[in-house]
Amino acid sequence: MSEAGIEMNTTVDTTLAGRGGVGDFVALLKPRVMSLVVFTAVVALAAAPVTPHPIIAITAILCIAIGAGAAGALNMWYDSDIDQIMTRTRERPIPAGMVGRDEALAFGMILSAFSVVVLGLATNWLAAGLLGFTIFFYAVIYTMWLKRSTPQNIVIGGAAGAFPPIVAWAAATGTVTLEPVVLFLIIFFWTPPHFWALALVRSGDYARAGVPMLPVVAGVDETRRQIFLYSLILVPLGIAPAVLGFAGWLYLTVSVVLGAVFLGLAWRLYTGKGDAIGPVARRLFAFSILYLFAVYAALFIEQIVGLPPIKFAFLSLPGITA
Amino acid sequence: MEEEGIVLTEEQKRRRRMRSIAIGIALGALVVLFYLITIARLGPGVSDRPL
Repeated sequence: MSEAGIEMNTTVDTTLAGRGGVGDFVALLKPRVMSLVVFTAVVALAAAPVTPHPIIAITAILCIAIGAGAAGALNMWYDSDIDQIMTRTRERPIPAGMVGRDEALAFGMILSAFSVVVLGLATNWLAAGLLGFTIFFYAVIYTMWLKRSTPQNIVIGGAAGAFPPIVAWAAATGTVTLEPVVLFLIIFFWTPPHFWALALVRSGDYARAGVPMLPVVAGVDETRRQIFLYSLILVPLGIAPAVLGFAGWLYLTVSVVLGAVFLGLAWRLYTGKGDAIGPVARRLFAFSILYLFAVYAALFIEQIVGLPPIKFAFLSLPGITA
Repeated sequence: MEEEGIVLTEEQKRRRRMRSIAIGIALGALVVLFYLITIARLGPGVSDRPL
């Protein structure tokens, strides 16, 4: 072997050393998405008929939050190429050069395994299995498959963001009944109008990155039509918890009033002309966040204060038991 | 003597130290969490079992 072959390379390559700070790893967990996940899971936990021990409840929420964060890290690992192109995402830790792709992958995998196992040990394996499926759905089904292949990406992928109430309910009760499924459906049908309203004003970004968002593939008019159609499904679903007898008058009032405003904005977006589309789309995007927060908050307040649900009593809720 | 191999800058060393501290805190928190989960799962019956 020649001397050159065994000579150590003493070149200082700072790109090999971990550059990221603690904040960069926190950013990998998508804290804003995580906050919505935590909020919806807490509400489902409060609404569940079984109240777990406070330590178990906190652990369940922690595991759901970490699981959601891990899915976010895996999403950033896989999407780092297109994140680099889009204005909205180019400051994320991987495209910014603060965290390596391998670091993000390892971080996401370890946290995924950790969150699922701890949730299983602390609560039950139905909840753990559902959390594992949620992470898989977001990282593999949505990120790796749907996102780059179909304009229905966020419709089907939205299920991942809608699962946390079911996971929390399962953690508390060991079962999945109609109530958490309705909470799931509210988020599921809320996601398309929410994201497409954003995509309407950001379609250039998605087009550059080659992501087939609906406005890029089908055009603005079709997107506005579909936003309105999904809103027509969402608003009655938003009212359903009161009709089905697990929410009270406060919830009914909030869901009806805000649902009417939601539909009104979706209609204005659908029928708007030219320059009016952008501002209405922005308003609908912002209002959609308020809508979801408010209906879940109303349900939470009713549980905490102890307001009784409205009893229409024409349904007995079917369920499956773990 | 000059260091060989990868030489970290002061900023990188500071970030590595902060990461190590964060991992340490997380591990400590897990110890406490697992202890509390164990106690909560065992319930009050643990002190009332036949010996």
